Amino acid sequence: MTNNSIEDMGRASESEKPNWRDYLGFSKDHKVIGVQYMVTTFIFFLFGGLLAMIIRGELVTPESNLVDRSLYNGLFTLHGTVMIFLWIIPFMAGLANYLVPLMIGARDMAFPLLNAIAFWIIPPAGILLLSSFLLPGGPAQAGWWSYPPISLQNLSDKLVNGQFIWILSVILLGISSILGGINFITTIVWMRAPGMTFFRMPIFVWTVLSAQMLQLFCLPSLTGALILLFFDLSFGTNFFKSSQNGDPIIYQHLFWFYSHPAVYVMALPAFGIFSEILPAFSRNPLFGYRSVAIASFGIAIVSTFVWVHHMFTSATPDWMRILFMASSMLVAIPTGVKVFAWTATVWNGRLHLLTPVLFALGGVVMFIFGGVTGVMLSSVPFDIHVNNTYFVVGHFHYVVHNTITMAIFAAIYFWFPKITGKMYAEGWGKVHFLLTFIGANLTFFPMHALGLQGMLRRVSSYDPRYQGWNVIVSVGAFLLGMATLPFIANMISSLLQGSKASDNPWHATGLEWKTSSPPPKENFEEIPVVNEPPYHYNDRSEPTPEAVIQE
Amino acid sequence: MENPIHLLEEILDESPIHFYKLRRYLPIWLHRFIPIGGGKPDDEHGKTLFGFTVFLLSESIVFLSFFFTYIALRLTTPNWLPPGVSGPELSGFTIFNTLVLLSSSIVIQLAENALKRRKIRRFRLLWLITSAMGTYFLIAQAIEWSQLNFRLTTGLVGGTFYVLTGFHGLHVLVGVLLQILMVIRSFIRGNYNKGHFGVSATTLFWHFVDGIWVILFSLLYIW
Repeated sequence: MTNNSIEDMGRASESEKPNWRDYLGFSKDHKVIGVQYMVTTFIFFLFGGLLAMIIRGELVTPESNLVDRSLYNGLFTLHGTVMIFLWIIPFMAGLANYLVPLMIGARDMAFPLLNAIAFWIIPPAGILLLSSFLLPGGPAQAGWWSYPPISLQNLSDKLVNGQFIWILSVILLGISSILGGINFITTIVWMRAPGMTFFRMPIFVWTVLSAQMLQLFCLPSLTGALILLFFDLSFGTNFFKSSQNGDPIIYQHLFWFYSHPAVYVMALPAFGIFSEILPAFSRNPLFGYRSVAIASFGIAIVSTFVWVHHMFTSATPDWMRILFMASSMLVAIPTGVKVFAWTATVWNGRLHLLTPVLFALGGVVMFIFGGVTGVMLSSVPFDIHVNNTYFVVGHFHYVVHNTITMAIFAAIYFWFPKITGKMYAEGWGKVHFLLTFIGANLTFFPMHALGLQGMLRRVSSYDPRYQGWNVIVSVGAFLLGMATLPFIANMISSLLQGSKASDNPWHATGLEWKTSSPPPKENFEEIPVVNEPPYHYNDRSEPTPEAVIQE
Repeated sequence: MENPIHLLEEILDESPIHFYKLRRYLPIWLHRFIPIGGGKPDDEHGKTLFGFTVFLLSESIVFLSFFFTYIALRLTTPNWLPPGVSGPELSGFTIFNTLVLLSSSIVIQLAENALKRRKIRRFRLLWLITSAMGTYFLIAQAIEWSQLNFRLTTGLVGGTFYVLTGFHGLHVLVGVLLQILMVIRSFIRGNYNKGHFGVSATTLFWHFVDGIWVILFSLLYIW
């Protein structure tokens, strides 16, 4: 249990820095766990990216000549699974793990032991998933959504096959997320510092609360579906076997009931990151703070009523299509509120173009594009036209890569001084941004054109007339892969020999900046009392972040 | 520093939604569940129970996904029972088992109430009765499973019946194990204090498992 009791509050905590060995072992400190999450998931991100490179290598030529088709299926299946379940969702959990207790003025998460357990499920589950490449029949081949009946084809004819491993590791990762969700919700509801009312919480905390509520109430539906799929695959039941009166469409309903909200589990914290960074670098309070906070909840609620838009071509009756078309378009309203608030925040302020804000602005701009194509796809006739084409792939990647991964990089640069106590190299950060921004657009923009022309997704060979765009996409993808190298070099060299950062290098508001960098063991010398709203950037004469860096 | 309670009240009066006024009209149990800024760091019991309740809500969604599958399959399947198979039928035996399980929910609540009044012996006795009732239910379910004339792979009826009751039975088993663990700990550590988290959580879990059984029973046997 925590020692977050009243008698502990006045105790001055020793500001000892965690040893590097602490990060390799079992720690109950939310900051150590947060870093463990972020580093582990970044390694999985590199794996996922490597799989994408092979996929793009295969698609440079129209023929299927680099990898055989079953391996190709395995590659895109694991690429999707790794990026969603081992990169974005757990990375956001790690970032929230680090920041939420600091932002609300708590000494730790509500249940530190549970927190550590939730993290330590991830590495074995991830290694298990990737190890399925070594199995006789290869890894799962049914895509990250694992629709039956394809996912029920047991190619190796053994009990332990790729699909079996896939189900097992995704259930494990789900359990980890549920444990994390319980912890986040309890922490945010119970552990806020005196005076930190709901409408004084930073937007990032609001978005984490909304996202984790989605995890808790939607993820179990996927777990249920996977348990039934598991029984069908390994024990001969017939839930999803249409040949035995079962119904594969039920799986799709259960799957998307979680997996659509899962997009918001990933996107909401990204919106939170934008809402933290843009005010800090515009020296301006967040425009319409309260509407942005409520919009986070609005997105969470509306997103549980939209799942059928993934199934417009799955023999869905017309009345249902129209209903879900309308509800899907409804999501644009709360997200529009947010985009408007960010624009107004930047518009009113004096913007300082440093790496975190470059990534944040890049993310917002590309989110607008990804959001618009999302509204297009929610319309039934258009969706039927481009269903299963690269248009969907392009839209999806504009949201998950160009928005959310960009937001993650923005967050890493923004909070790097807080987490490490060191400053990153600004120049290399800008190089990283430029390469990422160009690479990302080069990769994912032409996919829309390919989709409109009719190129199908999930194929390893295609009509030669699509080759032109595909070569551009592949070049972009390799550029995007290379963009990670300056980032890694920057992070490692800054960590080892970067200049020392002050406690609040950006002159940002928020409780996390009121403690030292890196924060001491129990976060605060004394639990702060909050008596003003967040984002009170009113003093225009404050030194700019640039001035601080040049010091 | 100002008196934190006064500060808190001041802040709450400023808040656009008048949580303070709102909270006065909330039932006590809900009141405990929505702490205002400042939290209740000393209320370890309330915090942990909150987390556990959230966990149970999330777990009920797993069951809900099973119920959804069952209902959808049953509504769309013309011949639910394959030839020669008589589905799980409502018999006196099943009704008796259900009554045992449901009344154990009352017994466990009485046990928790006894603990709150610091009557530890009464608590132990009632608690052991509950775990005996739970164990009886598990044995009865095993007997019922062995007597059914269909298997896991028999059409849709087999899969749905065994997976749904099996998943529920697993929860009953966990509940019984928790109860036994709590009793052993009450002997080792002497008197429990009245707000023991393990006891409250097990009680809540047991009510949850019983509530799920009511739905399962209606779907599998009565429908």
